[in-house]
Amino acid sequence: MTSVSSPTTDSAARPMTAAARPPVPAAIRLGRIVSAIARYGFLLLVAAVIVVPIVYAVLGGFKDPAQLANDAIGLPNPWVVENYTDVLTDPSFWRQLANSSIIAGLSTILVVLFAALAAFVFARRAFPGREVLYTLFTLGLLFPAAVAILPLFILVRDLGLLDNPLGIALPEAAFGLPLTIVVLRPFFRSIPTELEDAASIDGCGSFGFFWRILLPLSRPALATVGVLAIVASWNQFLLPLVMLSDESHWTLPLGVTNFSTQYTTDTARILAYTTLALIPALVFYLFAERQLVGGLTQGSVKG
Amino acid sequence: MTTTIGADTTRRPRRGPGRRTAIALFLLPALLLYAIFVLFPIVQAVRYSVFKWNGLTPLTDFVGLANYQRALADPVFQGAVQHNLLVIVLSLVVQIPFALGLALMLSRRFRGRTVLRLVFFAPYVIAEVITGVVWSLLLQPSGLADGLLHAIGLGSLYQPWLADPSTVMLAMFFVISWKYFGFHMILLLAGLQGIPHELEEAAAIDGATRRQAIRFVTLPLLGPTLRVSVFLSIIGALQLFDLIWVTTGGGPINASNTMATYMFDWGFKRFQLGYGSAVAVILFGFALILALAYQRWVLRRDTEGAMTTGGE
Repeated sequence: MTSVSSPTTDSAARPMTAAARPPVPAAIRLGRIVSAIARYGFLLLVAAVIVVPIVYAVLGGFKDPAQLANDAIGLPNPWVVENYTDVLTDPSFWRQLANSSIIAGLSTILVVLFAALAAFVFARRAFPGREVLYTLFTLGLLFPAAVAILPLFILVRDLGLLDNPLGIALPEAAFGLPLTIVVLRPFFRSIPTELEDAASIDGCGSFGFFWRILLPLSRPALATVGVLAIVASWNQFLLPLVMLSDESHWTLPLGVTNFSTQYTTDTARILAYTTLALIPALVFYLFAERQLVGGLTQGSVKG
Repeated sequence: MTTTIGADTTRRPRRGPGRRTAIALFLLPALLLYAIFVLFPIVQAVRYSVFKWNGLTPLTDFVGLANYQRALADPVFQGAVQHNLLVIVLSLVVQIPFALGLALMLSRRFRGRTVLRLVFFAPYVIAEVITGVVWSLLLQPSGLADGLLHAIGLGSLYQPWLADPSTVMLAMFFVISWKYFGFHMILLLAGLQGIPHELEEAAAIDGATRRQAIRFVTLPLLGPTLRVSVFLSIIGALQLFDLIWVTTGGGPINASNTMATYMFDWGFKRFQLGYGSAVAVILFGFALILALAYQRWVLRRDTEGAMTTGGE
């Protein structure tokens, strides 16, 4: 526990100052230990509030409705695997998983590619109206997508893209452009001009430089915006809710809501479905947490 | 690659119409996509809002501002606006200070810090839909919340949180905070890491307690990040939809409607697209006021530094 209180006296850890300081009185030391314990207790409590609902969903999926109703807290007894196996053998679950993946893939490729092209000229070319156009894109950060959902529906309907992955992916990519451009522009700007000059001397045009040098060098930034786009698309609810009426095109969030209204009484089954729908996002999070944090903090803090 | 340098410099596409075309081609895909799916629909919303329209017939029944008058006079809509404002106020007064406190705690090194940060931020990647479904099951009678209260002998405190109009918004706010405080914590943590350690040490040498150092050194320097956090929190609260729609559908008796659920209800359930668009434009108005305030209050101060130093 002594290591816990050491951060409070960060400078004391250095030998110079440590030697110069008088020994810490016992009462103060005790106070520090108590406050460290209190801090840990508080942090663990918050962590429990985060984790418990997720664990409840996972375990709840292993119960039958009677167990859930009579004993919400305890472990499943006996463990019922049917809820999970039923979902896993249900073709509509896998179809929804595939649909969500297709839409997320499409919208991510679109938004990253288009935003990178635009961010390139915003970052490295001077032309009249550049800042006005850039501001036009950044304004998109400030407007909720919900504002445009009714006209978007009419537009997508008139384009004949209802019940089509593109009907979701295109608007998603469009609303994702502002954040992606804002994150990419400073990164593209930081790549030395000498590199572009050298490429140009070697006969590399603007697009050649962009495609063969800038993009490969920007892999970390592209990974960051890609992760942001995937998460945004994966969790998107309003657009699929409006654009997809045919069950065979549904995404996972639509499937979850439908399942939960269809089996209102069978809570355990809903929890199993929800848990399985949640797993891809959590696994993805474990692998891409750094990109996600990096993207969000660059996009808003602009460090 | 063996062309002579002299030949190359003469045909460098640096000036003139060719260069202009290249720039236009780079911009075109993003600009088109943005114009078609973001700008055009916003303009259309304004147009639809002055018609009475079911989305199918030709757009002929012009009603002027009647849709706006109707929305502003509707107690259900007024309630929805109040609920949005309530979430904004609670976010600023409860959620962000809470996130700030945690960020301050996690900004120092200690065992388990990385894991805690990972856990706190995790709900951010969980879809609002999934969050809503799980929490509505947790909070229902004989759900986990009920069970836990009984287990610690406080069973009498249990409320049907989501079914009671007087508690539903508080319950929703709790769930919103569950999902988003980690996001704000991460932002603020990044902001804290940008503050040089020496400044706090200097304050400590000058005799400041940790509390004073936070109050007079850390917080003022964290200002830009805090403003971003506040702004994102307000924008999020304004467009609150998924979570409410899945958990309560705006009920009971409209007690948890937001502007977005109200708009969705009229636009897509009752097919009054003109009226729904008027609501959307009002929501847009709120966002616009906020955006202008943000421009004046935040962007000018913050990005100037970031932009000029960012390019080195």
